[in-house]
Amino acid sequence: MTLLEAHNLTKHFPVRGGLFRKVEGAVRAVDSVSFTIEPGRTLGVVGESGCGKSTTAKLVLKLEEPTAGEIRFDGQSLQSLDAEGLRKYRKSVQAVFQDPYASLSPRMRVGSIIAEPLVTNESLPRGEAKKRVAHLLERVGLPERAADLFPHEFSGGQRQRIAIARALALSPRLVVLDEPVSALDVSIRAQILNLLVDLQRDLGLAYLFIAHDLAAVAHMSHAIAVMYLGKIVEYGPAKTVAADPKHPYTQALFAAALPAHPDETREEIILAGEVPSPINPPAGCRFHPRCPHVMPRCSVEVPPLDMALGREVACHLYDGKGQ
Amino acid sequence: MTDAPLLELDKLSTHFVTARGTRVVKAVDEVSLSLRAGETLGVVGESGSGKTTLALSIMRLLPTAARIVGGGLRFAGEDLLAKSPSEMRHIRGKRIAMILQDPMASLNPLFTVGDQVAEPVRVHEHTGRRSARDRARSLLKAVKIPAPEQRLREYPHQMSGGMRQRIVGAIAMACEPRVLIADEPTTSLDVTIQAQYLKLLRDLQREHGLALIFITHNLGIVARMCDSVAVMYAGRVIEAGPVRTIFNAPVHPYTQALIESIPRLGGGPSRLTAIDGQPPDLASLPAGCSFQPRCPRALDRCREEAPGITTVAPGHTARCWLAAK
Amino acid sequence: MSVSTAAPSRAVGLPLASRLAAFRTEGFPTFPILILLVLVFTAVFAEFIAPHNPEVGSLSQRFKPPAWIAGGSSTYLLGTDHIGRDVLSRLIFGARVSMIVGFTAVIFAGVLGTALGILSGYFGGWVDQVIMRITDTWLALPALTFAIFLAAIVGPSEWNIVIILGAVYWTRYARVIRGEVLSIKERDFVRLAIVAGCSKMTIMRRHVLPNVLNSAIVLATLMLGVVIVTEAALSFLGVGVPPPKPAWGLMLADGKKGLMAGYWWLTVFPGVCIVLMVLSANLLGDWLRVKLDPQLRQL
Repeated sequence: MTLLEAHNLTKHFPVRGGLFRKVEGAVRAVDSVSFTIEPGRTLGVVGESGCGKSTTAKLVLKLEEPTAGEIRFDGQSLQSLDAEGLRKYRKSVQAVFQDPYASLSPRMRVGSIIAEPLVTNESLPRGEAKKRVAHLLERVGLPERAADLFPHEFSGGQRQRIAIARALALSPRLVVLDEPVSALDVSIRAQILNLLVDLQRDLGLAYLFIAHDLAAVAHMSHAIAVMYLGKIVEYGPAKTVAADPKHPYTQALFAAALPAHPDETREEIILAGEVPSPINPPAGCRFHPRCPHVMPRCSVEVPPLDMALGREVACHLYDGKGQ
Repeated sequence: MTDAPLLELDKLSTHFVTARGTRVVKAVDEVSLSLRAGETLGVVGESGSGKTTLALSIMRLLPTAARIVGGGLRFAGEDLLAKSPSEMRHIRGKRIAMILQDPMASLNPLFTVGDQVAEPVRVHEHTGRRSARDRARSLLKAVKIPAPEQRLREYPHQMSGGMRQRIVGAIAMACEPRVLIADEPTTSLDVTIQAQYLKLLRDLQREHGLALIFITHNLGIVARMCDSVAVMYAGRVIEAGPVRTIFNAPVHPYTQALIESIPRLGGGPSRLTAIDGQPPDLASLPAGCSFQPRCPRALDRCREEAPGITTVAPGHTARCWLAAK
Repeated sequence: MSVSTAAPSRAVGLPLASRLAAFRTEGFPTFPILILLVLVFTAVFAEFIAPHNPEVGSLSQRFKPPAWIAGGSSTYLLGTDHIGRDVLSRLIFGARVSMIVGFTAVIFAGVLGTALGILSGYFGGWVDQVIMRITDTWLALPALTFAIFLAAIVGPSEWNIVIILGAVYWTRYARVIRGEVLSIKERDFVRLAIVAGCSKMTIMRRHVLPNVLNSAIVLATLMLGVVIVTEAALSFLGVGVPPPKPAWGLMLADGKKGLMAGYWWLTVFPGVCIVLMVLSANLLGDWLRVKLDPQLRQL
């Protein structure tokens, strides 16, 4: 059974301007996006800045409310949750963010940081909470005495481990990972990615893995969604998408990804121009002004996200090539 | 004469010395490198490996607490360490230029792009306002900025990150330098913009026979851009050589692990080779080889004695006892 | 002073300019802390230190000069005032009044302002609008005039002064704290607290408050000087601490009549006390500001 399902998820942020702060337009951060996350699996979301991937994460975490569309968790719509339902949802969905320096409260000891979700949601006796913290620390590969220290006494990689331990405290079923390794040193990244893979295997966690680093996403994910300007342009099994990207944007993105070896040569696709503003996205296909395969209809007609060649792709090139 | 290196570092050491001289931080320790015209050298390392201090040492732009304490630094046959500050000013920006990571911090928000691109030309070549302006326009064209005439009158904040970094590139290229040092030039850019920028740098290099030094933490950039690579760890170059040799047959365990730790496209969820532990604190390095506490193949000797430079093959050197055998 | 020995060990490895800056700011404020400690000590043990009753004088001993001047006596070290009360004893008990009024008013203003600042910053929206518009209006009124106006309404008493000063000065806290909260609430650890299921109250108490406390403490130290001067001014103007209670401002007011007659000790000593106290509080505040919160340096 599907763990989380987003259906036509949309988030617009009003843009105010002028003397009286009138609403003059909207940043269409996420525009009618649908995806599913299966239990114990990873959905990777890739895209460049402004593509809406972080807003999607916030919507899933209920840090923002959608303008339209809905998210269903365990078959139940998040909009219809009562206080008790929301509490249960919060216990099931946790997060790890990019900057391990900003995500740990600087004035709390590591022990209380990790215990906070426990203390907030379950009335545990002190000793029990302490035991759980020690166990969590061990789980992420940190010594037990770390609990008595403050975050500033740890390096970036260790802090990210602390953040992961905290996210695990409530035994969640889904963890949203928003660029969890981008701020870390190269030799530390692999440590953290490995830890995440181990935890998924041992605890059956589902991940929503958000990153701009394509190789890391491809490495971690079972399914990949590629976003451009608030829309998913390609969505399918990670192997299929990574091995043979179909949408011209995905192709360019994968071609732009840096090689792991100097002999690894890819077709060079250099996109012209830059990502347009999400306040006034281009008509038709949002990618058409930069697309190397642009056709006349692309500037008029929005391509639907349709099944083609084993994945969903939103591009007129594949019209009628379904299944 | 084409075989003579354009830039040559011979056991260059830069140390940070504390006020009382009680603590010495060896940010760059006996680094030897050489670079020919038209060549690209990648300097790879994690934060705190000394790669940025190395770049600043070459530019002789070190903070006051840092000092070049030994070794040689030669550029086009001249000894840069013997230059006076005013002579250095003529070399910096004109013959050796630099691009930094954060384009917003590199540009002055109060001046137009045109003024800033024209500035090095006016300073170094004493050209008039008008001809400097013309140069600025052609420079913007060279870094492929659309509508250069209009962009000249704009301010940095009106531009995107990628555009700003191009402006920084135009400023660096203004006096046709022979060496360009790029310190993490694309770290703040998006993937497709990074691809644009890397291509631009390669084009500029081809057109001008530029020697390029890429300072980066990203082995992918090295794989794509560089002819040779120097891997830095705790202030030292622990392995250096032609890029293919290093990727195909790395000798140093750190280089090996670094290469294996990059996730590959199409891998699927699996474990990566990780390097245990944390990079060391430069102020209190372990005894012997500084990588020894994290090294899976450390020998007793590694804990006692720091390895010297071993030549593995012509052009390929490593600092490791395993290579010395 | 220990200023020269305290700094360098911390400042190693820095370029000269920043070392100088560190030298200036890291110097432990021995002098202000010493003065404040002496004043607190005097205030607490006034009964035991003061040689005379501060509120009772004998008319036969009026206008005695300080002991070291011809006509002075060692019984009244700093002389006596117009009704023969011992100036030294009045100064000692005056320290108590200044301390009580100063500290309680600062704490009152601090608690009120910090609470409103956090609410305003964290909730935003109309809560923020209402609190900030009130703050703006408050700040637009000249503090002293406003305080006199309030004092005239509620009448003079030591505790009324505390309430008035608190009511006048809470706005400064609210402003600064709100600004801090605006940036703190965008930080990831606050987001993660929401994700962890913490209530708004919990987040404000556990995550926001500890992170604005530094600013609040720095502000409190700086406000101490302002509040004490205002208290003195109100007392001087006769709407502050009512006589015969010995308050420094009141002593100044009483003493000013004697200034022309050459009874300088009646004004100079309380004046010096006020200056020392305010100066110490400000120096300590400046040091704390740099020490605790670099972001507040431009305040």
